[in-house]
Amino acid sequence: MSDMKPRSDSTPASPERRRFVGAATATAAGLAIAPGVMLYEVAHGRAEEQAASSAVRWGMLVDATKCASGCNDCVSACSTENGWTPVAESKHPKQAPQWIRKLELQDPLTQMETNLPMLCQHCAEPPCVDVCPTGASFKRADGIVLVNRHTCIGCRYCMMACPYKARSLVHEPLNDTQKPDVPRGIGCVEACTFCVQKVDRGDGNTACAEACTAAGHNALLFGDMNDPESEISRRLRELPTKQVRADLNLNLGVRYHGI
Amino acid sequence: MAGKMKRLLALGAVVLTTTALAWAGSDAQPKAGGESKRMITKAEQCVEPTDYMRRNHMKVLNHHRDETVIEGIRTKKYSLKECINCHASEETGSVAAAKDDFCVSCHSYAAVKIDCFDCHSTKPQGSVAMHPLNAETAHYKHKLAAQTKSKISAEEMAGVAQ
Repeated sequence: MSDMKPRSDSTPASPERRRFVGAATATAAGLAIAPGVMLYEVAHGRAEEQAASSAVRWGMLVDATKCASGCNDCVSACSTENGWTPVAESKHPKQAPQWIRKLELQDPLTQMETNLPMLCQHCAEPPCVDVCPTGASFKRADGIVLVNRHTCIGCRYCMMACPYKARSLVHEPLNDTQKPDVPRGIGCVEACTFCVQKVDRGDGNTACAEACTAAGHNALLFGDMNDPESEISRRLRELPTKQVRADLNLNLGVRYHGI
Repeated sequence: MAGKMKRLLALGAVVLTTTALAWAGSDAQPKAGGESKRMITKAEQCVEPTDYMRRNHMKVLNHHRDETVIEGIRTKKYSLKECINCHASEETGSVAAAKDDFCVSCHSYAAVKIDCFDCHSTKPQGSVAMHPLNAETAHYKHKLAAQTKSKISAEEMAGVAQ
């Protein structure tokens, strides 16, 4: 474990590096970029009128060895970005929506504690999509699993099908408290979207990963798993990682190290 | 001494005239005529003619909605967010909070229920600093430009200079 430390400390946190990673993504996706438009295009990842492409697969690497006990920054960053009420502030905590949650696990024999965030794993073969009776639950071309709220009827089959308890139903009217970029409402199922509004804007990062880096933990790394040059691909090649419930063979978009 | 004074005055006049002309030029560019003053909440022109939008806004919105949700295409034309950015009322900052807000005023008259705002925010995005190239910034620029205009007209300024 100790020989991995220095390498993990050199995790790039600077936006320049991230933009560079984004640029590599864009190039790998095969975008023809004219010299004049280059900067704009690179900053966006893909052009505004271009559909999400399967050349990209967004994914996240969670380094549980760096995830700090008691830290909740990823969860609060997610709730701020996406406008869901934190469970502690909710009137009905048991049914409050939760897009990402912190888990503290303890080995009953050794008492070893593990911290990790649990969120939608953005499966390549998502059970929630299989069971959805209306086709509202779907996987976007770039691997992000989403709910189309225009077709969701709130039946909650997907919530039962999800092995990760990643989805929630909105039980209460939200009374215009939504963020303009993140529509969500009563009677619809919702879950982590990998900050799809930020991805489409070209940020190339999620709110939780940004918060984790800002807090100095660097436990979350977001990126394109299809691009062999991306930071996440490089780390996935080097680190031993696991998929939660790998036995289900779902090919997850979120990989854990140190669990 | 008197000659010097005269020269100074002439120089002053030239400077004032140049400034006034430059000022008038910058004023004329973003707006055509005084009409736009009462259209502050609206852009110069909707994406389609008003008649077309009255009958077909739901069709273009539905089409754009599917492209955005399923394919991730977030172009600004026909985007509900852009409608809200432009049509939010000055008083409530919303398109559907009060009876005479843009969407509600017509929909209550036609007795057609709007479902959009069960999920979508009725207000434009507050933060302007988020992204330099997105549409809401452009929208606020328009607003800010309207606010910063002083009440003195270009003719008055030129008159003062002379």
